[in-house]
Amino acid sequence: MVVRTQGWWVRRVVKPAVFVLALWPLAWLVRGALAGDLGANPIEKITHWTGFTALTFVLLALCVTPLKVFLGLPALVHLRRMLGLYGFFYALLHFGVYWVDQTVFAGVGFSPRLVAEDVLERPYITVGFTAFLMLVPLAATSADRMVKRLGARRWRALHRLVYFAAAGGVLHYLWKGKMEEDWAVAYGLLLVGLLSWRLVAGRLRERARAVPARGVMGVVPAHPSPLEVGD
Amino acid sequence: MLIRRKPDIPSSEITDEKVYWNRRAFIRAAAGAGALALGAPVVNRLVAAAAGGRRDGGGQQGALEDKLNTYEEITTYNNFYEFGTGKGDPAKYAHTLRPRPWTVEVTGEVHRPRVYDIDELLKLFPLEERVYRLRCVEAWSMVIPWEGFPLASLLERVEPTSHARFVEFTTLYDPEQMPGQRRAVLPWPYVEGLRLDEAMHPLTILAAGLYGKVLPNQNGAPLRLVVPWKYGFKSIKSIVRIRLVREQPRTTWNLVAPHEYGFYANVNPDVDHPRWSQKRERRIGELFKRPTLFLNGYADQVAHLYAGMDLRKYF
Repeated sequence: MVVRTQGWWVRRVVKPAVFVLALWPLAWLVRGALAGDLGANPIEKITHWTGFTALTFVLLALCVTPLKVFLGLPALVHLRRMLGLYGFFYALLHFGVYWVDQTVFAGVGFSPRLVAEDVLERPYITVGFTAFLMLVPLAATSADRMVKRLGARRWRALHRLVYFAAAGGVLHYLWKGKMEEDWAVAYGLLLVGLLSWRLVAGRLRERARAVPARGVMGVVPAHPSPLEVGD
Repeated sequence: MLIRRKPDIPSSEITDEKVYWNRRAFIRAAAGAGALALGAPVVNRLVAAAAGGRRDGGGQQGALEDKLNTYEEITTYNNFYEFGTGKGDPAKYAHTLRPRPWTVEVTGEVHRPRVYDIDELLKLFPLEERVYRLRCVEAWSMVIPWEGFPLASLLERVEPTSHARFVEFTTLYDPEQMPGQRRAVLPWPYVEGLRLDEAMHPLTILAAGLYGKVLPNQNGAPLRLVVPWKYGFKSIKSIVRIRLVREQPRTTWNLVAPHEYGFYANVNPDVDHPRWSQKRERRIGELFKRPTLFLNGYADQVAHLYAGMDLRKYF
């Protein structure tokens, strides 16, 4: 009999399932576009949907570490990179649709001028664009060999950018709406929660290192150092 | 009449037969049983409209043609925060609104203040079809065949005093019927206002129907304002009170975000919203954006109202 480890289940079962599920928002859009089912303003729907999905995946990626601690499932970490990359993928779609809407559909070809103007003149676009830019180096350095090449410490430092990108995304979302978007507020609160947890957990981890037997946040460590917050 | 007749849109493009026949249902529903005696003249008027009588949708349209938006588009995509902040929410949730019985109070600086029953109003003022462009401040637009009557007719009837300089409009406040009002996304009730000369302008109408049918709840039943040269939020829905006043009234979006939404809110491609450009708009149903027209294409008719005003200051 073969004994399946937690890591095996996550890598061989959960991860492929999440990979497929994460394509659902795209499939939903494509189906809706083909069926002419995206409402009276399909471009707006596509723009909002891809942006919302991008932010959702970035926040999901940020949830992985706390979840693995609270659920006692360290193998969940195998999902994090994929969730983050999906966040980048949808952000890229979001930006692409925005670009086309801003230029091609305004009748000026692919000209970057209108995009540049918009990015410079409209603060909420500036913030959204910056958040998107911050995701680029993270996606580019997501491969294992990049961790080696950069060195774990520098890689970790770089990838803290994801918190700024997420904050930019939430701000962009809140700002664009008329301050009444329930989801934007919920995502903002979630991000604040994640950040606070990270700061508190980071401090507790330092203390836990000093007194290893005590456990952290009510969770008795099932293996050494369950709170690899910064990795 | 101040309104210049522009090339008519062929009636075949505007009103299909089904809708034309629906007019009768509309009249029955709108005017109620008591209107039977009045039925004939109203029908004649509407038939004239259907045959291409009045088309005020013209104005300074460029090379681009204005085609009517579909009933489906007009009734499933709009803003009406009393039923939620999503643009699909009004169509989903406005069924809780009860547009009958309904009264509209006309009061303030007038010699003959009155509370009108909605059906009485619709009997007093025959409905005409008006095809207008509607430009939302969010940079999308539609072309809508309203059924309404000039606000001026009602105002003349109540005889404004010499002190009347502005008109204030108020939407129903009833969180039971308008569940969106349970949340303080806006200060309720929604209020809007016009200068008296804007209110008296023949393009300004009170609408009670669209596409020859009774105005659906989500579009502001039973009675709403339509001011086609201003951003859509000025065209207040589900009106319960019209008050003539001496001072410029407060208006909801101006209260919420004074730097973004002015009292005048005239459509103007040269004055951007702080968060987005107003130079172009997406006509619902089209992929490519159109240039936004000054005063939404009605400059010939209404530009004189703003002669000498700095429209960047009075945006």
